Amino acid sequence: MASTSTATASEPTRRDFLFIATGAAGAVGVAATLWPFISQMGPDAATIAAGAPVEFDLTPVAEGQIVKLFWRGKLIFVRHRTAEEIKEAENVDVASLRDPQADSARVKPGKAQWLIVYGNCTHLGCVPLGHEGAFHGWQCPCHGSVFDTSGRIRQGPAPTNLPVPPYQFVSDTKIQIG
Amino acid sequence: MSAPSTYVPKSAVGKWFESRLPIMGLLHSSFIVFPNPRNLNYWWTFGGILSFMLVAQIVTGVVLAMHYTPNAKLAFDSVEHIMRDVNYGWLIRYLHANGASMFFIAVYVHIFRGMYYGSYKAPREILWILGVIIFLLMMATAFMGYVLPWGQMSFWGATVITNLFSAFPVVGETIVTYLWGGYSVDNPTLNRFFSLHYLLPFMIAGVVVLHIWALHVPGSNNPAGIEKKTEKDTLPFHPYFTVKDALALVVFVMMYIWFVSYIPNFLGHADNYIEANPAVTPAHIVPEWYFLPFYAILRAIPDKLLGVLAMFGSIAVLAFLPWLDTSRVKSATYRPLYRQFFWLFVIAAVGLGWLGAKPPEGGYVLASRILTAYYFAHFLIVLPLLGLFETPRRLPGSIAEAVLGKGGSAAAVAAGAAQSPNTKG
Amino acid sequence: MKTNTMLRFAAGALALLGVSVSGAAQAAEGTVVPPHNNWSFSGPFGKYDPTQLQRGFKVYREVCSNCHSIRLLKFRNLAEEGGPMFSEAQVKALAAEYKVTDGPNDSGDMFQRPGRPADAFPPPFPNPQAAAAANGGAIPPDFSVIAKARTYERGFPWFVFDMFTQFQEQGVDYISALLTGYKEPEHGVEVPAGKYYNEYFPGHIISMPPPISDGQVEYPKGADGKAQAPETIAQYGKDVAAFLMWAAEPHLEARKELGFRILVFLLLFAGLLYFTKKKIWSRVEGHAVTH
Repeated sequence: MASTSTATASEPTRRDFLFIATGAAGAVGVAATLWPFISQMGPDAATIAAGAPVEFDLTPVAEGQIVKLFWRGKLIFVRHRTAEEIKEAENVDVASLRDPQADSARVKPGKAQWLIVYGNCTHLGCVPLGHEGAFHGWQCPCHGSVFDTSGRIRQGPAPTNLPVPPYQFVSDTKIQIG
Repeated sequence: MSAPSTYVPKSAVGKWFESRLPIMGLLHSSFIVFPNPRNLNYWWTFGGILSFMLVAQIVTGVVLAMHYTPNAKLAFDSVEHIMRDVNYGWLIRYLHANGASMFFIAVYVHIFRGMYYGSYKAPREILWILGVIIFLLMMATAFMGYVLPWGQMSFWGATVITNLFSAFPVVGETIVTYLWGGYSVDNPTLNRFFSLHYLLPFMIAGVVVLHIWALHVPGSNNPAGIEKKTEKDTLPFHPYFTVKDALALVVFVMMYIWFVSYIPNFLGHADNYIEANPAVTPAHIVPEWYFLPFYAILRAIPDKLLGVLAMFGSIAVLAFLPWLDTSRVKSATYRPLYRQFFWLFVIAAVGLGWLGAKPPEGGYVLASRILTAYYFAHFLIVLPLLGLFETPRRLPGSIAEAVLGKGGSAAAVAAGAAQSPNTKG
Repeated sequence: MKTNTMLRFAAGALALLGVSVSGAAQAAEGTVVPPHNNWSFSGPFGKYDPTQLQRGFKVYREVCSNCHSIRLLKFRNLAEEGGPMFSEAQVKALAAEYKVTDGPNDSGDMFQRPGRPADAFPPPFPNPQAAAAANGGAIPPDFSVIAKARTYERGFPWFVFDMFTQFQEQGVDYISALLTGYKEPEHGVEVPAGKYYNEYFPGHIISMPPPISDGQVEYPKGADGKAQAPETIAQYGKDVAAFLMWAAEPHLEARKELGFRILVFLLLFAGLLYFTKKKIWSRVEGHAVTH
């Protein structure tokens, strides 16, 4: 009788081409179904479009002032540096830094008074406080990372400098971020 | 779940785990070696299809909730945001919206199958009542889900259905105010409906576990309507019924995808693409198609309270079906009279559905009243009497006999139409 | 149109058989069923015609947008795949022609700036009250999803056939018909002052004056120096309806394409499962093949 005993009898034929093809098609179907559900987690079209470049007028930013603005929902510091702060940033032995980078590489040529960096600490994302810390740049209130007047990491747990967002000067007093 | 597990883990880790939580053994005995009647036809695949639809609705729903905003001012736009901007948002929303309809198509087939083959009868009464509870939870979930896009039909559907409770004397108005969280359907209503719409599917999943548990005590009913007796009557769940369920599921999903890809708004209402407006009621308020028969019953009765009671009663009466049907024979295959009354009942139910979409005027009202009366007569008069007067046909001695015929020849199958899917292979 | 007369014939035949009860109910309400159009986006392989959508957009922009907002549409949508397919540069320039309210600025004031592709189309009226005041008390509906928000009753048995023929174009048929539906009122119908008679509008009395006339919108010229399409009300109606369909359902092409692929896959998978099932069940006594 071939009723219930067939469960075990079926084992040898499992490697049958038909069964493999059916199993493979099922696996492909399941994998393809997953994609929309993963894709929807990514930034949507509105978020991406809102990340279009933004322009920012520098004229109202006084010397020594730090202005905060947002691009793609991310905080950006625009710092109008004083001559002293620029000097402080340039007179550093680059090789001795944790994340070695010359100040000139972090500003646009001839525009050394304008420092534009992302405003979230590279440690775990808190917002560092301006004009604080031993290097007069920023100090993070969360875990004590200290940045200099070029936004470079000098003390504390943060591994890298505050990154510079993509931007350019569209006129002498206007920048475009993004 | 009834049979003791024969599962033996192969690996040492498996043995270690199994001796602490024997879940693999439970799954193995429930869905691998579980002995199913060998004569189950394709109408029995809808249980699996329903499980799939529940999972599909929960998965797409959880994703939609990531992008949806349950606020009266933002809900409509957030749904359109999903449709326009979210990656594959249009796909996921249409899957969810049409998924509700597919879920109900499957559940109606499942219910009618149970009625035709007498699956509600002893020893499966609790199994059946759990099914009625799932059906009620599904209806509540679907109703609240339809409110969330906050279109005109959402708003006015919510207003009309919540107002049903105002029919109850003394406490009615208070109940409605508490349902709304205010003095009309508004933001608090939307917020609580969203919360409950998210909660109820998980309650459904819980009751589904009980439903399957109760199913696995006696095992499935079958087209012959006689209990399995020997091993000859059964086949292991896997691979025989897994592959059969899978085939039926894929064909069902093809219909689902047809709706989603080509006619995604066919089962919806154009008015729901107009944002909710408390000052304007749409010309025709019509619920989703799966509520139409009950809506027709509500409108058939000219008294507010009695109409509401009749509507709830039309669902509640299902729970008493195991005792209203007095026949000792389960399957309509062996009940020549019941089989005809069953189809009459199907026609009445579909007819009520059609009338539910029609304006309550003229001949439609009269037709609704006749069919409503017949709907209740089927349960309260026809079924109790039929068991007393009907002469059933001779039942086969066993399921194996029903399939193979008495002499063991496949050609001599006595059961007739109900068994034909078996021979289709 | 040929198919249309055939459909009417079939409808008549069914009505004679007494099947089409709903058709009678519909006629009683006095609604005229809009004529069927051939839409490039109907059917399983339907696609929008970008040149038609561009023309439709021109009609919307020059005529409809004076009263009707389309608040869910963003300028950037005009350049997206499966739409009117304007270039990024065109969209940027177009957006800049609009004034968008932004702010508040550092002094706390709202201000106007040129639009950007990410912005939504600014509405013609600041709020519904202003819209109603400017239009004799009627609020011109928003156009974002209007092609899906308008329909007419198909009735039995048409709605059953629609499931298989994939007829989904009631909304666009209605919109394009509405523009050509202004007529002298039927005898005995009183049209109140400031209202108009329209054959296709439910109830016939519409607040919108005839919005467009022949030749009002200039269409782009083809190589032969003639307009791309006839500059007539009927054509304007079709083009703007197609544009509104796209605005309501911008992912229609992607949906139909993906659906076709899924169905082909499922058909193959179902075939494989069918033979697998047959093979597995062939071992069981009482099923064909064994013995």
